[in-house]
Amino acid sequence: MHMADALVSPAVGGTMWGVSAAAIAYSARKVKLQRKDSLVPLMGVLGAFVFAAQMINFTIPGTGSSGHIAGGLLLAILLGPEAAFLVIASVLVVQAFFFADGGLLALGCNMFNMGFFPAFIAYPFVYRVLVRKQYAAPRGWVAAVAAAVVALLLGAFSVVVETKASGISALPFGTFVMLMLPIHFAIGIVEGLATAAVVLFVARARPEVLAGGEPAAGRRRSLRPVLIGLLIAAGLVGGALSWFASTHPDGLEWSIAGLTGHTELAQQADTAHQKLAQVQGGSAIMPDYGFKRPGAAGQHGAARAAPAWPAVSPETSLSGLLGGLLTLVLAVLVGLALRTRRAPGAHTTVGR
Amino acid sequence: MRLAEWIDVGRIDELGRLDTPVHRLDARAKAVTVLAYIACVMSYHRYEVVALAPLALFPIVMSSLGRIPWGFLWRRMLVAAPFVLAVAVFNPLLDRAQVTALGPIGISGGWLSFSSIMLRFVLTVSAALALIACTGIYDLCSGMERLGLPGIFASQILFLHRYLFVLGDEAQRLARGLAVRGFRPRVLRLRVYGSLLGHMLLRSVARAERIYCAMVARGFDGTIRTQRPGMLRLSDAAFVFGWAGYFAAARAWNLSALLGDWLVRVAR
Repeated sequence: MHMADALVSPAVGGTMWGVSAAAIAYSARKVKLQRKDSLVPLMGVLGAFVFAAQMINFTIPGTGSSGHIAGGLLLAILLGPEAAFLVIASVLVVQAFFFADGGLLALGCNMFNMGFFPAFIAYPFVYRVLVRKQYAAPRGWVAAVAAAVVALLLGAFSVVVETKASGISALPFGTFVMLMLPIHFAIGIVEGLATAAVVLFVARARPEVLAGGEPAAGRRRSLRPVLIGLLIAAGLVGGALSWFASTHPDGLEWSIAGLTGHTELAQQADTAHQKLAQVQGGSAIMPDYGFKRPGAAGQHGAARAAPAWPAVSPETSLSGLLGGLLTLVLAVLVGLALRTRRAPGAHTTVGR
Repeated sequence: MRLAEWIDVGRIDELGRLDTPVHRLDARAKAVTVLAYIACVMSYHRYEVVALAPLALFPIVMSSLGRIPWGFLWRRMLVAAPFVLAVAVFNPLLDRAQVTALGPIGISGGWLSFSSIMLRFVLTVSAALALIACTGIYDLCSGMERLGLPGIFASQILFLHRYLFVLGDEAQRLARGLAVRGFRPRVLRLRVYGSLLGHMLLRSVARAERIYCAMVARGFDGTIRTQRPGMLRLSDAAFVFGWAGYFAAARAWNLSALLGDWLVRVAR
């Protein structure tokens, strides 16, 4: 689910940086207020544990394939929301820098999608409410699977919204949602099962380790308001989705693009019908774009920029390509020159 | 996560300890410049390919001066490519309107934006990798802390990084223990997995407790103090403003097109 820099616009990336920076500042203050010094090494080691745990695979029940844990929910169970968010965020920082997984501009998006939802939504409002300290089957398994599915679906939905708002991918909103949500539903089930298996073992072997995530005060949450809240949220999301899918197939994209100077409502309605038919047909991977009138698709994907891209004459684009290639070659030559000039000194200056 | 990737992490740490002009620059200067660079790369229109070419100069120069092998950058990039490729590959399928032409060959917007995404991917990832390989995680974290990153988060990243290999080795020992005891398949049933990973988790927690005791014995009071980076020097400012000026120039004028036009004119 890691978003890469190449799919995020500066506006979206910057906004999500702001959101995640606020969440980090809030969590850091909360963790500091706990005044539990032993949390500092525990958080660090558990962050490294998540990496190590991803080296070990298990068989996904009912299928032949294997998977590994992502660890967000497990961290929230062990550490509580705020500390878990910091750990997940630090894992994402290390992944972005050392593994090129994700990116720097996309870091805020990734922290929000993969850290905020498991730590601040799925754990307190789904897992803790459902599990009530009974980690054995079936309660522990149901709670973990439900929480992981909620976290992953929200994260995947948020990936779609952020990608769409960045306006770099041409995937229509509805199609992208239909691609992402089922995949992450399945991943969520697997993640939940793995989390439940680990938590169950820990609950039997050393239950006091699990106490770290629970709130200090004995404040009990009742199930009803949460269920009602989830129902309302599901209704809202479902309603919004069906609205997107029926009236405006690319509603979000359309509104973001600014709708400048486009009044082809008849054509718009036309594609809407086709799109709806395809979504219902379940084979929405190849929507109708290819069969549309040439010219329509280009404006469709980038309504704002369409006027900025008049058909360029072949000659200018040829010279442009030539210039681009030459620039690349020049840049590489500069690099090579810098390299060879440095090489003789390599032995003497390599230090620790 | 496979073994080769862990080795690459160690490689980045090693590269971060080199002593080159780029390594000697202040971490804050490098971080700010790389962020500005990525924002600049991503601010172009989605069909833009050619105008991005001049921006390749920055990661190329940085990795050359910092003696980061290009083959290494390239290999790390290939590992990260699948997700971007999976999203980008839909553009040529969905966006088929012809936008431009190369001689007699028409080029659709989808192929333009696909090439643009992949080029930007190479540029942004190589810049980010060059940043960490030319700075090292320690200097980067203390620099970012100076720029306002909460101290607890900076020390969290450093802690995580420090114990990455310790726990990675532990996972491998567990896996080897399983193999020695006759667990043939490389993948485990869920119940076995739960107790294996649970064991690993408890060991990690116990390790954290030992670390905490050792830290307290050495006077730990709840905050980790990173070394404050020194004053910004003239070379740092020159680095930031020089590159920012270049990015702005490349953003304002299509340098590739200018070069191409000039060449065509000369050829005539």
